[in-house]
Amino acid sequence: MRRLRWGWVAVAAIPMVFIGYFFVYPLVRILGLGLSELSIGASGVEERLFRVGWFTVWQAVVSTILTFLAAAPLTWAVSTFQFRGRRVAMALATVPFVMPTIVVGAAFVALGFDESVVAILAAHVFFNVAVVVRTVSTLWSRIDPRILDAGRVLGASNWQVFRTLTLPLLRPALAAAASIVFLFTFTSFGVVLILGGFQYATLEVEIYRQAVDLFDLPLAATLAVVQLVGVSGALYWYSRYQERTAVAWTLERGTNLRRPRGRAKWGVATAVIGSLGLLAIPLGVLVGRSLSASFYRDLFSDDRVIGTPIASVGNSLLFAIIAMVLATSIGVLAATVITERSGSLSRWFDLTLMLPLGTSAVTIGFGFMVALDWPVDLRGSYWLVPIAHALVAIPFVVRSTVPTLRSVPAETREAAAVLGASPFRVWREVDLPLITRAGLIGAGFAFVISLGEFGATSFIARPNTATIPTMIFRLLGQPGASSLGMAMALSVVLAALTAGVVLTIDRARFGELGSF
Amino acid sequence: MRHTRQLTALIVALAIAVAGCGDGEPEQTGTPETLTILAHDSFADAVNDETFATFMEETGIAVEVLGGGDAGSMVNQAVLTKDNPLADVLFGIDDTFLSRAIEEEIFVVHESSLIDVVPESLREPENRVTPIDYGDVCFNYDKEYFADSGLDVPADLDELTADRYAGLITVEHPATSSPGLAFMLATIEQFGEDGWLDWWGEMKQSGINVVSDWETAYYTDFTRYGGESPIVMSYASSPPAEVIFAEEPLDEAPTGVIEAGCYRQTEYAGVLSGTDYTKSAGELVDFMLSVEFQERIPETWFVFPANQEAELPQTFVEHTIIPDDPADLAPELIAENRDAWIDEWIAVMEG
Repeated sequence: MRRLRWGWVAVAAIPMVFIGYFFVYPLVRILGLGLSELSIGASGVEERLFRVGWFTVWQAVVSTILTFLAAAPLTWAVSTFQFRGRRVAMALATVPFVMPTIVVGAAFVALGFDESVVAILAAHVFFNVAVVVRTVSTLWSRIDPRILDAGRVLGASNWQVFRTLTLPLLRPALAAAASIVFLFTFTSFGVVLILGGFQYATLEVEIYRQAVDLFDLPLAATLAVVQLVGVSGALYWYSRYQERTAVAWTLERGTNLRRPRGRAKWGVATAVIGSLGLLAIPLGVLVGRSLSASFYRDLFSDDRVIGTPIASVGNSLLFAIIAMVLATSIGVLAATVITERSGSLSRWFDLTLMLPLGTSAVTIGFGFMVALDWPVDLRGSYWLVPIAHALVAIPFVVRSTVPTLRSVPAETREAAAVLGASPFRVWREVDLPLITRAGLIGAGFAFVISLGEFGATSFIARPNTATIPTMIFRLLGQPGASSLGMAMALSVVLAALTAGVVLTIDRARFGELGSF
Repeated sequence: MRHTRQLTALIVALAIAVAGCGDGEPEQTGTPETLTILAHDSFADAVNDETFATFMEETGIAVEVLGGGDAGSMVNQAVLTKDNPLADVLFGIDDTFLSRAIEEEIFVVHESSLIDVVPESLREPENRVTPIDYGDVCFNYDKEYFADSGLDVPADLDELTADRYAGLITVEHPATSSPGLAFMLATIEQFGEDGWLDWWGEMKQSGINVVSDWETAYYTDFTRYGGESPIVMSYASSPPAEVIFAEEPLDEAPTGVIEAGCYRQTEYAGVLSGTDYTKSAGELVDFMLSVEFQERIPETWFVFPANQEAELPQTFVEHTIIPDDPADLAPELIAENRDAWIDEWIAVMEG
């Protein structure tokens, strides 16, 4: 068994060192710096803090619930049925996820949403539907239909089957999706600023305001700690829940999709067309504004002021590939560690990996700047961009891999071991094929996150390498009809690129499944 | 055991690769190979190979520019890293953030050899920072709207409270937007600390529209882009930008600048106190004040050169005005009162 242990340490060390050096260490340094100067007692602070904290929590909870309700029809359709355009529908549903908040915010305002809570919630749903659809359908589509058929044979109605069989089996994926959507909306920044105005600040907005505008680092650090405690609390509860409720059951090798017949046909059509139609309305605004051949042509011309806008596509793709490789390899190793070792250490490790999602971008960005000058000065390096993207993407890889790994019954591994397989061989033969598939979903997410990420990177000092969202922001920052048109055209390019990438990854994933 | 060894080798290789990415050159005094400027993104994004080419030819020193986010984020990074600075020169700090930086002593005094070409009003008295450019935040109006409606373009801020302009004006929120803050400061200067909130109170009555950022104000609420406000808070350089970034070539700017209620933001460069190359860094700041660099400023960053000897490009001469007497407040006054003013503003506008 000694061999296992050493291999184990190596597997665990890589993600731990990465997350330790690029997340925990900068976090401790920046919070330490802020808290060391802390003097509590400024008047009126507590009241605002309470108000902001309360708003942050309830809008995140409500956004998460609404996102699930909105995503339910599409998730049901793509998880149960095989129909023409299914993959395209899933790819299109992913597009909102990467859209820059500034573009979506403008589209919502143009649609007549005034600054209000309703606008914030609607935008949160718009952005996060993809998280639910993709995370849940992965598991749902592979539920063994015989289990459900058994239920029906025993006389259960469709609803009873769903409630007593499907839903409990889906719990790990539902919980995973909920935790991600919750964290995303808990730390919402751009949406809240643009669509909420000043009266609806989240902790994230308040941290930015205190640190960047008012230079109150101690107060910002205090708020960051409050945010971290809140996020950790939610995550701790989640991981306990996940461990308690995980049911080991054999996943089907392939997906179990039926062709819709009769009434189901109409149901699927309504769900898919209705969901995509709603998601398409804000996107339609920007497509409409981009409609002029000259805007698209100008993306290729070298403007002396902003360079060639289309060059940002190359930068974005390069960063996205690096971030994807980093996040997928580290995330898969971490997921292996988490699933194979139960107990409090593994639980804390899992929680730490999720934390970057719930940590404010200012904290991560400034943390990099105060911490990463040792042992090598990485500040001001190109590498910080994909590393920051990877930090945000790792939780997605972990969350899409862990439920799949957990569902492997221990007996399968034991059987392999009894038959004489080495621990590595067990891992290669039993876990790896499953990991590959789940990892590909995570990889897709990582790629897409990197394409759309804007927040954390804007707080990192880095050489000028405009990504697509940065370029859109820059175009929108200059007055002129052509600037606006090009910004919208580039947003459409980003949407098309995202759909294309997701479609390709899905195809690779299902292609591989077919070969089993 | 074999796997362990492979893994160990892999980790070691990775560590070496990562270490190799940093530059391992030893510290040296005298002339550096590269000088680094930490700037806000809107400056950094527009830098190209030509921007500092002349400086490099003359001194043999390469210039690298790091974008540090928006102005506030950049200043914070400079303050947080003052013991081991990210850069040799900081560029793009303005009045609203200057006090904080000076308090933290992140700059060394540098009296530029070219400082005489800069008007007195823009200079920092102790030369801890050197003014490089200025920009005026001003109301813009939609010429077509005013021509069609027959309304007169308002001439001062008091006139804006009149019924005929009710519901036609959009400004940005002072807590979330830099032009929004600048305009709030302009009203404080014009009406005094006793009177400014009354003006805002009247504007609230007449239905002034407040949005979170410039992009929304300009591209969503401005009548020129399909919105409902023919008057929006923007920049004096926006009309020339409309001409330069027009869809079809334009003879005349479609928008104009209202001279009342303008606020002047000056942007400074400073030599960071942690640099090993104070002298070369000072020369770089001087280069940024040279006529060659200064004449590049308007069409690259859409602000105005601090050097009075620099000539403005034709589009800027034709399509905008430089207000005679824009407001500007002392950095210390802003630093001291900013938060309280914003709270008072919120109490009136959102209370």
